[in-house]
Amino acid sequence: MDTAQEIVHLKELALSTRKLILEALAEAGSGHPGGSLSAVELLVTLYFHVMHHDPKNPRWEDRDRFFLSKGHAAPLLYSILAQAGYFPTEELMSLRKTGARLQGHPSMGIPGIEAPAGSEGIGLSLAVGTSLVAKLDNRPFRSYVLMGDGEQQEGQVWEAAMAASKFRLDNLTAIIDRNGIQQDGLTEQIMPLEPLAAKWRAFNWNVIEVDGYDFSQIMDGFDLATSTRNRPTVIIAHTVKGKGISFMEWSPHYHGTAPTKEKLSDVLSELER
Amino acid sequence: MMSKTAAMRDAYGEALLELGASNRDVVVVGADTTGSLKSGVFATKFPERFFNVGIAEQNLVSIAAGMALAGKVAFAGTYAIFVPGKSVDQIRNNIAYPNLNVKLVCSHGGISVGPDGASHQQVEDIAIMRAIPKMKVIVPGDAVSTKAAVKAIATIPGPFYVRLTRSSTPVVYDSGFEYQFGKATVIREGPDIALVACGIMVPEALKAAESLKSKGVSATVLDLHTVKPIDSETILKVARQCGRVVTAEEHNVLGGMGSAVAEVLGEGHPTPMKRVGVMDTFGESGEAGELLKKYGLTAASIEQAASGLMQSR
Repeated sequence: MDTAQEIVHLKELALSTRKLILEALAEAGSGHPGGSLSAVELLVTLYFHVMHHDPKNPRWEDRDRFFLSKGHAAPLLYSILAQAGYFPTEELMSLRKTGARLQGHPSMGIPGIEAPAGSEGIGLSLAVGTSLVAKLDNRPFRSYVLMGDGEQQEGQVWEAAMAASKFRLDNLTAIIDRNGIQQDGLTEQIMPLEPLAAKWRAFNWNVIEVDGYDFSQIMDGFDLATSTRNRPTVIIAHTVKGKGISFMEWSPHYHGTAPTKEKLSDVLSELER
Repeated sequence: MMSKTAAMRDAYGEALLELGASNRDVVVVGADTTGSLKSGVFATKFPERFFNVGIAEQNLVSIAAGMALAGKVAFAGTYAIFVPGKSVDQIRNNIAYPNLNVKLVCSHGGISVGPDGASHQQVEDIAIMRAIPKMKVIVPGDAVSTKAAVKAIATIPGPFYVRLTRSSTPVVYDSGFEYQFGKATVIREGPDIALVACGIMVPEALKAAESLKSKGVSATVLDLHTVKPIDSETILKVARQCGRVVTAEEHNVLGGMGSAVAEVLGEGHPTPMKRVGVMDTFGESGEAGELLKKYGLTAASIEQAASGLMQSR
């Protein structure tokens, strides 16, 4: 498959992922659509183009590790994992239900999930831990972590940022879903993050900025991260909260409000347009 | 027994050295207190397996979790006021919830930290840690049992919290002592009253028992080093035998070891009891010995509680 063909394939996966996210959330009746829809293309690229992993052998020792630090985007990660073959897509309809595996936020016991998530600001530290072990034992796997932008307000993110550059973790790539919105409003009003790229550069990281919906930019970003030596890389992906559904885009309300079942068919038809 | 003293922190360092040599999956993570904690000795012998993350206790806990996720037996720790004090969310969500192989060994528990004052005197950690599902909690009674406990937990999967003391403490056990995780140690047997202690209160309980003996009261002394999972069987057994129980801990009486014993007795064999501990207050600056006396954490306090119980029947 050449790159153009592959991008067509990834676009199809992005569309099916958005559908699954919205169907699962409507069925659950609660959850977080905004930050799930914003990062679809980033995770599609990671799981179907970048990462070395084996859905038939989720505990493969040398698999690349992915940590969803913004744990509220669980519907996104679950939809990706299901399509990759970690579990049946039908299981997505059990999201958030009593007795189901698919917890409201990622937890152990779900095939393909590396660690629990949900408390913000933590995932990067976990990835520092796995990256240190890969270096120590001379193993080839890389660690990836997707953070929210609001999450950058947590102090632990910067503790981990310092540690990753101290230990020269070039086998670690962080991705920031820079959609500009958090639960209470705009990040720049609640607690300004800018200049965000300059902050990460000041922490001695390799910083790459991409359009979060341009597959070739995203792919190039991950290639550059992999080839960078002696420094960790952060990819700041410029995105739109609620991407793809007009009434959800740029809406803090849809950070944590699921679409209703009644609205679902309208919502899905907008995706087809 | 008890004629000499030794530091639990030194014992921790010795245990780490032995573990490092016998198990190449053992890694140590510290947060700028590794010299004080004696985990630094591991760094000189196994520098590639030692990681200092600086003054960042949340990161300390989560990085250790990440290393455990990748297959390591991760020992992490600092002063108890910071772990668990500053990092409860990370302990709960990164270590306990996924049941990871992280061993948190922390020093400077209790008010015997001394001159640094209340800001550094952790008297809530046992309560905090035992309320977290899957977390196991050990408060060793001396340096010998500290070393044995640290070596033992390296081979038991899952998360642990081990609480150590800053100052040197009386040596209770001889080196042939066999440590059994989860099983309280009956150090002394007597039919009249049971003194249940952990940490530095174990030697105090032994002193109290000796003094009580001269007054015609024969006490059992139980070292309840494993606060969680609690050894209900032994606690109920000594309660049935003695009919009176005094607990002693260098910790708030709310939620600590004494509370744990009260839970067991209340449900299993209601028994008259008294709790010796910090009476729901903060400490202050002062020499350790003076503070222990001032806050009622001595053999005399245990003896007084025991005498009160003896008279009440």
